[in-house]
Amino acid sequence: MSVKGNEPLTMETFTQGLWKDNPVFVMLLGLCPTLAVTNSAINALAMGLATTFVLICSGFLVSLLRKVIPKQVRIASYIIIIATFVTMADYGIKAISLDLYKALGAFIQLIVVNCIILGRAEAYASKQKPLKAMINGAGMGLGFTIALLSLGVVREILGSGTLFGMHLMPERFQTWSVFVLPPGGFFVLAGWLMLFSWWRERKAQKEVI
Amino acid sequence: MSASASSFKLVSTLGGIAIFSGILLALTYEITEPLIAQNESEALEAAVFEVLPGAVERENYLLDDQGLRKVDAGSLESPNLYAGLNEEGERVGFALPGEARGYADVVRVLYGYDPVRKQIVGLQVLSSNETPGLGDRIEKDVAFRENFTALDASLVHPIETVKHGEKTEPWQIDGISGATVSSKAIGKALSESTEAWIPPLTTALEERP
Amino acid sequence: MDPQSPTFIFLNAFLINNFVLAMFLGLCPFLGVSGKIKTAGNMGVAVTFVMLVSSICAFGLNILLTRYQLEFLRLISYIAVIASAVQLVEMAVKRFSPSLFRALGIFLPLITTNCAILGLALFQTAREYTFVQSLAFALGAGAGFTLALLLMAGLREKLDLADVPSIAKGAAMSLMIAGLLSLAFMGFAGLGG
Repeated sequence: MSVKGNEPLTMETFTQGLWKDNPVFVMLLGLCPTLAVTNSAINALAMGLATTFVLICSGFLVSLLRKVIPKQVRIASYIIIIATFVTMADYGIKAISLDLYKALGAFIQLIVVNCIILGRAEAYASKQKPLKAMINGAGMGLGFTIALLSLGVVREILGSGTLFGMHLMPERFQTWSVFVLPPGGFFVLAGWLMLFSWWRERKAQKEVI
Repeated sequence: MSASASSFKLVSTLGGIAIFSGILLALTYEITEPLIAQNESEALEAAVFEVLPGAVERENYLLDDQGLRKVDAGSLESPNLYAGLNEEGERVGFALPGEARGYADVVRVLYGYDPVRKQIVGLQVLSSNETPGLGDRIEKDVAFRENFTALDASLVHPIETVKHGEKTEPWQIDGISGATVSSKAIGKALSESTEAWIPPLTTALEERP
Repeated sequence: MDPQSPTFIFLNAFLINNFVLAMFLGLCPFLGVSGKIKTAGNMGVAVTFVMLVSSICAFGLNILLTRYQLEFLRLISYIAVIASAVQLVEMAVKRFSPSLFRALGIFLPLITTNCAILGLALFQTAREYTFVQSLAFALGAGAGFTLALLLMAGLREKLDLADVPSIAKGAAMSLMIAGLLSLAFMGFAGLGG
């Protein structure tokens, strides 16, 4: 999709990241945090929100400075800007809850190398007005959060029998520990991808008929 | 001429962004620092009180070649063990750290030692990466935790983990069947740590109770 | 075995807590480059090499940052220094060994922004490894990455001939295989204990 600077602000600006170009399910970007921290729903939510925060703030700043930053040093500048906001998110989470911070570990700082953010800065924010860049970033972030949550919820319910720490399954439910372990992350994501591609295929068949 | 002007622009832009991000980060650090310090101290306090039943107040100590001394809040020395005081202000015991290799990764524990009764009076797993549903029972299993209410640490015999149901001596830990490696890791962490810490601690306490 | 011994740290990063299959670091190249065994091997060597360079950089930087109490600049300085160090090494390799450059060169710029590299630097700082421990950690992580990549590439070359249901083609199938490999690697837990 070609992005030009003079497109009007539409609903599409926001919803693009939610479904059509969902960073995880469609573009397969940012898989490290997607699989590593989604062993419970609360971790997934925190990670998603932290990424959204970085996406919105860096989108705003990159877009604001888009006419000042020379082309040759743009990637370096973007990385510095992104790293600044990631460190802020890192300290923020540490100040809010130490337990959460320990559960997410170094993965908060690894948001820096999440290709979604640099990708957005380069492909969108550097060409658009600040407001649009922020809204688009929020959409992408929300899409990422939804993807993380859809993994986290499945893994927590099947693997621990709980949701957001509350017991959900009956007492006799035998938990499938494999889902909170690393292999479970791969399996659940593969499952979602298959579900989506099955859905797309069915839709395509209907159109033919 | 134009080349030098352009590289000046490159450097100044990058420098400007770096200074801006430095200021932003320093500000974040200043704001969150007290909150983080408070969180960390609360978490430590909770762990110390957990392993020393009856403790309501914490004192920081440093034990090294020069003996045992109290570390005050503003001191430059960092404490390596903690004492718990009860409501009457009497010392109920010391909280000491230990670590050993578990099944998947290093298991770190904090345990309470009562120098009068020469017993371990409580234990908390600080961090572990043991298999959910099997090895992680060292953190939750009630029967296993019972081991650490009065475990002999007089060093007549090193602390050891025995098979479930075979505990006969006061220095033995009744293991968990199905989590043999993990419960043995706890025994190893405790025996190594008690042998390293308790003799110097006892000497120091005799000199200056 | 002592949990802090370099041998154990190496084994831990190599097999037990494999960077790709247990910690999910470096998944993009894992899923992207692992099509052919030869490419996968070259990529693995390049990653191991960059890991060693960045591990040494991060170790030195951390000493500086801690001395001047500038820990809040850790992330930014790690990224900047690792990226420049890799660039420098790349230029040196190009100058002195063109054949090595041809084998590794195309991968080097890609790798710098790989989360396995930054993850290595961050984990080694968080675990307060000494210099020798850091080197063992970097070597183990690199070897583990290479092993995972080679296994995956071998499986994929076979898979090209298999009849896969249409909805599972592509990424989903790769993820399933990665999951099975990850499951197999869990068997290494308890190794060397």
